[in-house]
Amino acid sequence: MMEKSRRSFLKVAGIAAIGLGAAPAINFAASDSHGAAHAVKEKNEEALHAHRWGMVIDLNKMNEDVAEAIKEACHKAHNVPDFNHEVDGEKFPNTRPVDHHQEIKWIWSEEFDSAFPYKEDEFLAEKFHHLPIPVTCNHCKNAPCTQACPTQATFKREDGIVIMDYHRCIGCRFCMAACPFGARSFNFRDPRPFIEETDPSFPTRTKGVVEKCNLCAERLAKGERPHCEEASEGAIVIGDLENPESEIRQLLAENYTIRRKQSYGTEPSVYYIV
Amino acid sequence: MLEIAIKGSKNYWLWILCLLAVIGAGAIAYIDQFMNGLMITGMSRDVTWGFYIANFTFLVGVAAGGVMVVIPYYLHDYERFHRITILGEFLAVGSLVMCLLFIVVDLGQPIRMLNVIFYPSPKSMLFYDMIVLNGYLFLNIVVGWKVLEAERNQVAPVWWTKPLVYLSIPFAIGIHTVTAFLYCGLPGRGFWLTAILAPRFLASAFAAGPAFLIILCYIIKKFTKFDPGWEAIQTLSKIVCYAIIANIFFFFCEVFVAVYSGIPSHLTHLKYLFFGYHGHDMMVPWMWTSFILMGTAAVFLVIPKLRSNPTLLPITCGMVFVGAWIDKALGMIAGGFVPSPLHHVTEYAPTGQEILISLAVWATGFLVITILYKLATTVKEEVRG
Repeated sequence: MMEKSRRSFLKVAGIAAIGLGAAPAINFAASDSHGAAHAVKEKNEEALHAHRWGMVIDLNKMNEDVAEAIKEACHKAHNVPDFNHEVDGEKFPNTRPVDHHQEIKWIWSEEFDSAFPYKEDEFLAEKFHHLPIPVTCNHCKNAPCTQACPTQATFKREDGIVIMDYHRCIGCRFCMAACPFGARSFNFRDPRPFIEETDPSFPTRTKGVVEKCNLCAERLAKGERPHCEEASEGAIVIGDLENPESEIRQLLAENYTIRRKQSYGTEPSVYYIV
Repeated sequence: MLEIAIKGSKNYWLWILCLLAVIGAGAIAYIDQFMNGLMITGMSRDVTWGFYIANFTFLVGVAAGGVMVVIPYYLHDYERFHRITILGEFLAVGSLVMCLLFIVVDLGQPIRMLNVIFYPSPKSMLFYDMIVLNGYLFLNIVVGWKVLEAERNQVAPVWWTKPLVYLSIPFAIGIHTVTAFLYCGLPGRGFWLTAILAPRFLASAFAAGPAFLIILCYIIKKFTKFDPGWEAIQTLSKIVCYAIIANIFFFFCEVFVAVYSGIPSHLTHLKYLFFGYHGHDMMVPWMWTSFILMGTAAVFLVIPKLRSNPTLLPITCGMVFVGAWIDKALGMIAGGFVPSPLHHVTEYAPTGQEILISLAVWATGFLVITILYKLATTVKEEVRG
């Protein structure tokens, strides 16, 4: 009995020793075949930084065409599905009919009294009645969605961008109930058949997760400006709210601006020049 | 003890088969939802919670209602509840099973469900809801089982069931308080943004839970040799009476604040529910039915002669149950989401498939309740006979 257990101990110890000895060699072989042994963590020098990202939207420069262009640019680049898109029957057979109430949108236009409920008054100036007002996630300072999310799939970055981890989202839609701006969309179905042209530089989503505007975090990281700003012909300016020298702080200093649903205390980072 | 469940009459097996058939049909419908997503439901971008969460909310109440027999018996030594305490605990178990299933079928990515545990976020009310719901389920299973086993062996229950019973009381209050907190801490949802939501939830729970228990007592009396006792049922009906009146009163408080202040963000939801809003009036007949049912039931329960009428009582309890279900399940969801934060009116109605899946969840709960009640009543028959 004693003999047997000692032998089996030696056997296991021997195998373990071989393993330990072989490990560096295996590692070496593995690293050799791929070049560098370790991935090098490197910060992109050109990345754009801010203490708190914010957005100013000048409604004086807004019209139907600009608003449409903004939406187009954002949705196209982020692979946001369009339910009006004719589905390719060969690639996606058996695609069921769509329910337009289950649509997905990141930035879109609303009328004044929807964008600013209870701010419209009886004698609202005529021009506001027909003005398309772009609305999107406000990247609130006190974001109720991050508080509601039970898995930290929605979280706020240090630079104020409220962002989502699509791989962690369980699809409980609590964040959607918590958002007072209706900024979030849920993938009730697989969005891929409804993307006209998939942009490979941004991930598509799966069914069952929530999504929303990410303030083009992927572009800021490369030193590029957000899509909506580029497409807006100067109507949208994005910058650092905490930096008194920034362009958006200049705009805020020179113009009267309003924010959506200020009374809720979420401190939206999107300002509108009226 | 579980062997009792596989010995039963023809009727018993017929009932079990019916439940299994519904569960099977619902399972097939669920597989389709699992493959294709929640697109098969009537939910939308504006109304993001529907029939599943509605039923969940209501059933949390039924589960919490079980405590209305536990408190009098264990805290006040109210002997008449001796025979039905176990029924209240097992009703809670069945209801909680339904609650948890309704949460699971509502998830967009059910496979990732455990992320709630892997990445706990203590700021989210769902985190606490998970803890109290599972905790209360566990407590009721352990206590119910241990006490029943002791009864069968005709010995006193093991000492540690007592502290667990006491612990289950705050848990019962907790499941419904936290479930109300899921709703009432959200900015921009005027209908839910009220401190009286948790008390109102509890009031309707303490009405619907015991009302259902009374109906179950009638069924038990008809189909088994076990008699829960008329006095116990009468005491329960008084609890239902006060609770349903409290529920109506709390609702009246809500209406007063909204209507008298006239603040549109609070008023529009009530308008939608009871009179329709901008031509959308799907909920109007439901809501009036609900309040007529609950109001009439309250009158029947207040008048001693009507309350003690053994034929009328189960009907009254049915009215309470259905009225509370419409009010708390359908009304709570529709009222919260319509109109949306952007003032759009998108109405919601569950699809057939959604209803089928919900029925299967209910059937699963009834299966659990049936089996547990079979154990309880058989043991009680054995002991007395």
